[in-house]
Amino acid sequence: MIEFRDVSKRYPDGTVAVESFSFVVPSHETVVFVGSSGSGKTTLLRMVNRMVDPTSGTVLIDDQDVQQVDKVQLRRSIGYVLQGVGLLPHRTILDNVATVPMLRGVSRAHARKDALGLLDRVGLDRALATRYPSQLSGGQQQRVGVARALAADPNILLMDEPFGAVDPIVRAELQVELRRLQSELGKTTVFVTHDVDEAFKIGDRVVILSAGGRIEQADTPERIVAHPANDFVADFIGARSARRTLRVQDVDGREVVVDGDGRPVGMLAT
Amino acid sequence: MNWLSQNTDLVFDLTLTHLRLSIPPILLSLVLAIAIGYLAHRQRFARGPVLTLTGLLYAVPSLPLFIMIPVVFGTPLRSGSTMIIALTIYGVALLVRSAADAFGSVDRSVHETANAVGFSPWARFWRVELPLAGPVLLAGLRVVAVSTVSLVTVGAVIGIQSLGTLFTDGFQRGIQAEIFTGVILTILVGYLLDTACVWTGRLLMPWTRPRPRTNSRAPLHVPADVAGGAR
Repeated sequence: MIEFRDVSKRYPDGTVAVESFSFVVPSHETVVFVGSSGSGKTTLLRMVNRMVDPTSGTVLIDDQDVQQVDKVQLRRSIGYVLQGVGLLPHRTILDNVATVPMLRGVSRAHARKDALGLLDRVGLDRALATRYPSQLSGGQQQRVGVARALAADPNILLMDEPFGAVDPIVRAELQVELRRLQSELGKTTVFVTHDVDEAFKIGDRVVILSAGGRIEQADTPERIVAHPANDFVADFIGARSARRTLRVQDVDGREVVVDGDGRPVGMLAT
Repeated sequence: MNWLSQNTDLVFDLTLTHLRLSIPPILLSLVLAIAIGYLAHRQRFARGPVLTLTGLLYAVPSLPLFIMIPVVFGTPLRSGSTMIIALTIYGVALLVRSAADAFGSVDRSVHETANAVGFSPWARFWRVELPLAGPVLLAGLRVVAVSTVSLVTVGAVIGIQSLGTLFTDGFQRGIQAEIFTGVILTILVGYLLDTACVWTGRLLMPWTRPRPRTNSRAPLHVPADVAGGAR
């Protein structure tokens, strides 16, 4: 469980990134912070592994204040998938995945053996193990990033727009894979994105943020769609747009779902 | 060439001596330049003054330097130690800026990644920053290597034996073959150490070796030795 207790972040130049944010991320759930730039979502995520320290308030992991924990130890205990890819260019894929266990003192041979298993887990061919990051496609690199985050078997996974740099098709693939991994592993996950569709696909719970980390609505994706809390949320999720205003049309006896423009989206399951 | 065949032992000894005088200052200046260059890289305010001052060391003329070193370090004037210290000073002068630039060339995002996954500052330096600074450091080191090999010959003027002895002796006695031998061997030793730097670099930095890419940009015909290069 991750608890944000009235946290704020003010920079010396007076910018307020986050103001009095409180929220609880329950264990084994995936919570997505979604908002446009300036909503403080990345700042909030980075408070969890102390890449950013709040100017006031506390962040607690299982009721322990993260300020009480050594930064380096804390980070080794939390899986982190960064914006962009963030692999070490001078290490092979296998050694990139084995990085954190090796930092924690696991022997090289053992860490590499586990890393091979993780490549399977994230759907990567073992033949890629001896390659360097620059030799992989963006989607493959991103999978390596996920494998690395999982390598130390952390309870918590932080994901900062992890799929932002890959093309839409690969992105959709990775989103599905992440859902699968989540259902298998049940890590407590905080995922940050500016893409509301991605948020709805991935989150058990979605937190919609406006400037300064203000919570506009925090709920399950379906409840947000059903009952947007206010105009900001309705606009943000495009509640009134064609793609969210679906209806059923009878086409020769089959029930076809069409969007607001009458374009077919799919069929009603029978 | 008659001269060379009659003096092979001397030439061989002087070549070894030359190597013994060249290698320590190259290694020492690498270590010192990494330390100073890293500090200059980390402490933004110190960067300018530190790089300028160490760079200016190269402007100190060598003969006065040879006189100063025994005074400061207490080494005998005509000794290898004096030579090694002098050449280390020149090496550092050449290499510190490269070292600072080398650390500056490491991508900020990699630095950030290393922090985020839990590298301690110490581990980050040794396992991330230093290896990634490697290619730029190596380029600087190659200049230092050949420059050092050349500068060793100056010692002959004050009586420190090296391949430079062949010039001083050759000039005094008017033996042209001896002078040529000295010049050519000095260049060969420079080439040898430069090549050693390159191969050590390839060995220590396998990720910089050219490799085929996995995606569509891979060339159609990959030479077998390159294709088999991935361990």
